Amino acid sequence: MDSDEDDRIPLSQRPEWSDVTPVPQDDGPNPVVPISYSKEFAETMGYVRAVYLADERSHRALQLTAEAIHFNAGNYTVWQFRRLILEALNADLHDELEFVEHLASKNSKNYQLWHHRRWVAEKLGTEAAGRELEFTKKIFVNDAKNYHAWSHRQWVLQTLGGWEDELAYCDELLEDDIFNNSAWNQRYFVITRHPGLGGIEATRDSEVSYAVKAILTKPENESSWRYLRGLYKNSMPSFVMDRRVSTVCLTVLTTKANCVFALSLLLDLLSNGFEPNQELKNAVEALLPESRDQDSDMAVTICSVLEIVDPMRVNYWRWRKKSLHSEVEEGVRNLRVH
Amino acid sequence: MGDLAAEKHAKYILLVEKRKDDVESVLMEHLRINGAYWGLTTLDILGKLEAVEQEKVVPWVMSCQHQSGGFGGNEGHDPHLLYTLSAIQILALFDKIEVLDIDKVSSYIASLQNEDGSFSGDIWGEIDTRFSYVAICSLALLHRLDRINVEKAVKYIISCKNLDGGFGCTPGAESHAGQIFCCIGALAIMGSLHYVDKDLLGWWLCERQVKSGGLNGRPEKLPDVCYSWWVLSSLIMIDRVHWIDKEKLVKFILDCQDIEKGGISDRPDDAVDVFHTYFGVAGLSLLEYPGLKAIDPAYALPVDVVNRIFLR
Repeated sequence: MDSDEDDRIPLSQRPEWSDVTPVPQDDGPNPVVPISYSKEFAETMGYVRAVYLADERSHRALQLTAEAIHFNAGNYTVWQFRRLILEALNADLHDELEFVEHLASKNSKNYQLWHHRRWVAEKLGTEAAGRELEFTKKIFVNDAKNYHAWSHRQWVLQTLGGWEDELAYCDELLEDDIFNNSAWNQRYFVITRHPGLGGIEATRDSEVSYAVKAILTKPENESSWRYLRGLYKNSMPSFVMDRRVSTVCLTVLTTKANCVFALSLLLDLLSNGFEPNQELKNAVEALLPESRDQDSDMAVTICSVLEIVDPMRVNYWRWRKKSLHSEVEEGVRNLRVH
Repeated sequence: MGDLAAEKHAKYILLVEKRKDDVESVLMEHLRINGAYWGLTTLDILGKLEAVEQEKVVPWVMSCQHQSGGFGGNEGHDPHLLYTLSAIQILALFDKIEVLDIDKVSSYIASLQNEDGSFSGDIWGEIDTRFSYVAICSLALLHRLDRINVEKAVKYIISCKNLDGGFGCTPGAESHAGQIFCCIGALAIMGSLHYVDKDLLGWWLCERQVKSGGLNGRPEKLPDVCYSWWVLSSLIMIDRVHWIDKEKLVKFILDCQDIEKGGISDRPDDAVDVFHTYFGVAGLSLLEYPGLKAIDPAYALPVDVVNRIFLR
């Protein structure tokens, strides 16, 4: 419904509303001064209040809630009343999907809109899966990180299904923007929850390759580094032994690229008992300014470099340096246990 | 670095409270009680709460209560956990929690806990860790945490922990600073922070600080003053706030002020609003900016208000 203010007939002049007296706004401890906002909005809300108080669940009330929502999609009470009416009328909820879609582009971060959409989709069941996935895709065209849309998409996959193309869709999004943290999160969501993929054990190998490739494309990308690290979250020994991890660190360190995340990951490796080769030691040493001496403990040197190249977080790197001794001990202990 | 224009901000908030006629205000009518909490708490932090007539605010807050015991965003609105917390917090500011039928409100809140420990926002069933925080904070302020299953509540929140140490709105959802505040706040109130990997989360949180000194809510997003609260209070609750550059953050927040008309915006040179004014001032309080009352990072109320509730 497009509300063109010139064509709109005031409710007070519509014959089908002649039996209703609108209920005015009563808004809080200070007296309401003469209203200067849209008269049409004020009038609509007056009639909404009237039917809400009378609990009138009719077709005209349904239409009225649509008008009110178009004026102000944030009013949750109107959305809730609309749902009561939809239930009472046993309305065709496919029309309701249309209604939400028309509002979505201008209200894509509105909690009420998304909750309403979920309520409708849940009622429609698995037949709605495809359409819901398409709907979120449309939102992502304009805002690929929309938190509400991602939440909705995850709910659709888990409740209604449609997993088959999800990993491929993540590939697409990351090709568009490799920094899209939501897409990286979704990757992890898919490999751990897709009923047909075999879980993280089965997919880890290919995902590590994927992450490494992404890192080499943009070494300053926080998301890809975190993803790589996360793939080994509960398997430290494999983390230490996977040559690809130390190799990607070395590659990044020897280019002129931003090396904060590479150093940080290397620090994690060392803390878990990794034994660096001479090439790595040289690469780290090269990053230390001439005025500074490198420490015999490579991890300490790395912390010193990080204090310089990431000064905003100097306190964090100083704390890492101090905790190193106990970290490495524990890491080596864990290695032996396995 | 400029200063905090405290007088201007106080005037701005008092003006917003009085002026209910402009479009923006009318469009926020349904969450007026949230707005009142933001405005009043800011005034209290600035030491100006007495400028507001308590005798007018308290009855209005009570008029927002629904027969179920929950509160709506304004008079005539349906009840929801979000507005119930704001109502309790506003009453706490005025030391008027006793006007509540505490058992009635507690029953409403407790009725919204689900089997898996999560909380729905209202009878319509939306689940989000925001609601876990709101329920737990509300019940704690009312001394009624025993009305819910705390163990399950903790378990659900932990199930929302991600591999980066952060938390999302539901299990598997992307880590987001706002959601993290809710989860950490709830765990802190329930004495369950030992389930959190503080070092890992602390690092994720301090990585939110970008070049300008401001904080974002997720990797590769723009900084916003409201994250000065959510990231900062989370860091304080896990004892890692020294991992960010506090001075740079203070400067960022001060740069977001409108020093002529008062108020604070999401980032420098944008339009101000009460929401960001509150988060900016609250953030500065957490950063121990001089002249501000201390605010509790978990309850999001001035420390003296919280002490009054728990130490009396």
